[in-house]
Amino acid sequence: MDSDKVQIRTLGLDLYYGYAHVLKKIELDIGRRAVTAFIGPSGCGKSSYLRCLNRMNDFIPSARITGRIELEGMDILSAETDVIALRRRVGMVFQRPNPFPMSIYDNVAYGPRLNGIKDKERLDEIVKRSLNAAALWDEVKIKLNQPGTGLSGGQQQRLCIARAIATEPDVLLMDEPTSALDPMATARIEELVRELKEHYTVVIVTHNMQQAARISDMTAFFLLGELIEYDRTARIFTSPSDKRTEDYISGRFG
Amino acid sequence: MSRTRQRRFCDRIMTAVFWFCGAALLVVIAAVAIFLFNRGWRVLSFEFLTQPPKDGMTTGGILTPLIGTIQLIIVAMLTALPVGIMTGLYFAEYATDNLFTKVLRISIRSLAGVPSVIFGLFGLSVFVVFMNFGSCLLSAGLTLGCLSLPLIVTVSEQAFLAVPQDYRDASYALGATKYQTVVKVLSPSAASTIITGVILAIGRVAGETAPIMFTGAAYFAPEIALSLFEQVMALPYHIYVLATSSTDVNATMPIQYGAILVLIGLVLGTSAIGVIARAKLSHRDGR
Repeated sequence: MDSDKVQIRTLGLDLYYGYAHVLKKIELDIGRRAVTAFIGPSGCGKSSYLRCLNRMNDFIPSARITGRIELEGMDILSAETDVIALRRRVGMVFQRPNPFPMSIYDNVAYGPRLNGIKDKERLDEIVKRSLNAAALWDEVKIKLNQPGTGLSGGQQQRLCIARAIATEPDVLLMDEPTSALDPMATARIEELVRELKEHYTVVIVTHNMQQAARISDMTAFFLLGELIEYDRTARIFTSPSDKRTEDYISGRFG
Repeated sequence: MSRTRQRRFCDRIMTAVFWFCGAALLVVIAAVAIFLFNRGWRVLSFEFLTQPPKDGMTTGGILTPLIGTIQLIIVAMLTALPVGIMTGLYFAEYATDNLFTKVLRISIRSLAGVPSVIFGLFGLSVFVVFMNFGSCLLSAGLTLGCLSLPLIVTVSEQAFLAVPQDYRDASYALGATKYQTVVKVLSPSAASTIITGVILAIGRVAGETAPIMFTGAAYFAPEIALSLFEQVMALPYHIYVLATSSTDVNATMPIQYGAILVLIGLVLGTSAIGVIARAKLSHRDGR
């Protein structure tokens, strides 16, 4: 990958949870304004790696990380890095939709308000733009003051995406965002992900190989904490260079 | 008898036993309620609530003890709520597991088991004598506050712990600090549970006699206390006085039961407000 297209560069990353060696010598470049998918069987370390990118592993007391992750030259893992500022640049959408128990409007306005935006008109505009970008505006514009928890699962997940992009991050991390959703809701989220890459670098962890094939530009295959293969998605799914990748995508294990 | 018939019979018997246990409880509560109502309802009137006790407490109403009890609740809650809720928050969100926090937890749990008369003597030695507040509304209110602390701390801690981890993750992932997460996400979610605990605490505080006997409850006070440093009459202590040292039992007996009804009404009324507040909050959260 050309170095000017790289947004996140990972160099020699090792992650331990206590004595468990969860990630082993990961080297990976994530491209700007592209969709990068991580696939692999449960426990392969793909979600753990995702959580390194916005330092969510900080909350696990036994976690220990060595190596280097750079976000446009900034060292993410350094102790001097302002985690709060980092997380405002690297947003995250979780496996289970988790809107706050507040109104749809307040959910989306949460991040901007944290950043000190109080002006009502500006907040209104951000909320509208974010909900539009998350393809939810038309469904909720008449009920912005109703609780976000009252929406359907798929709508809740799109609300969470709107909430994540309301702070205008550079990168959007998605940890199996459709695993709790039905096929229709999944299709809408997938469509949305393809649109989101116009403005954001999207990194998505998925259990679903077809999903990775449908929506991603680059795919990384993880197995037992190692990065086995990383290439253009088309190539990974048509002519993988590693036998283990081929076995996994052809459904022989996992 | 066949096996199935035997099992069905056993099932019916047990259903009847459980139903009976529930019904027995209802009968006991109903019996107490009817007994109290029967003895006290005749004195209940607007005058009963708006007149102070008169003629050696043999006539008049219960205005002064009623207001006194409300004043005591207010002083106790104003001091115990901030301290108790913040301590619960500390345990749930900030405390790491070490010897210091373990000792703290054990202390608070032990405090919940201390008999209320001990709190009375504690209040007497600390607030009345050592801090030199004297026997007054402030000392008694603070003593009741101490008494309700363990309950408020425990309920608050549980309330914060019950907030789903998902909310914390979402908030932190948006770049919120711990304090912002506590204020904007955790506190609103925990509020409805905390309110329930506060209602329980108020019920406990309103009915206590022993902690206030030495610290600020008056046998008789002709006027409503207008400062924190005056003694107050209180409903539970007033009931105790009427029941144990009445000069004319025939005259004071109805007043005594009327006071009991008002005290129970006060506690139930607070609970009702709590239930409504809780329902409103839950509705707003969409849960």
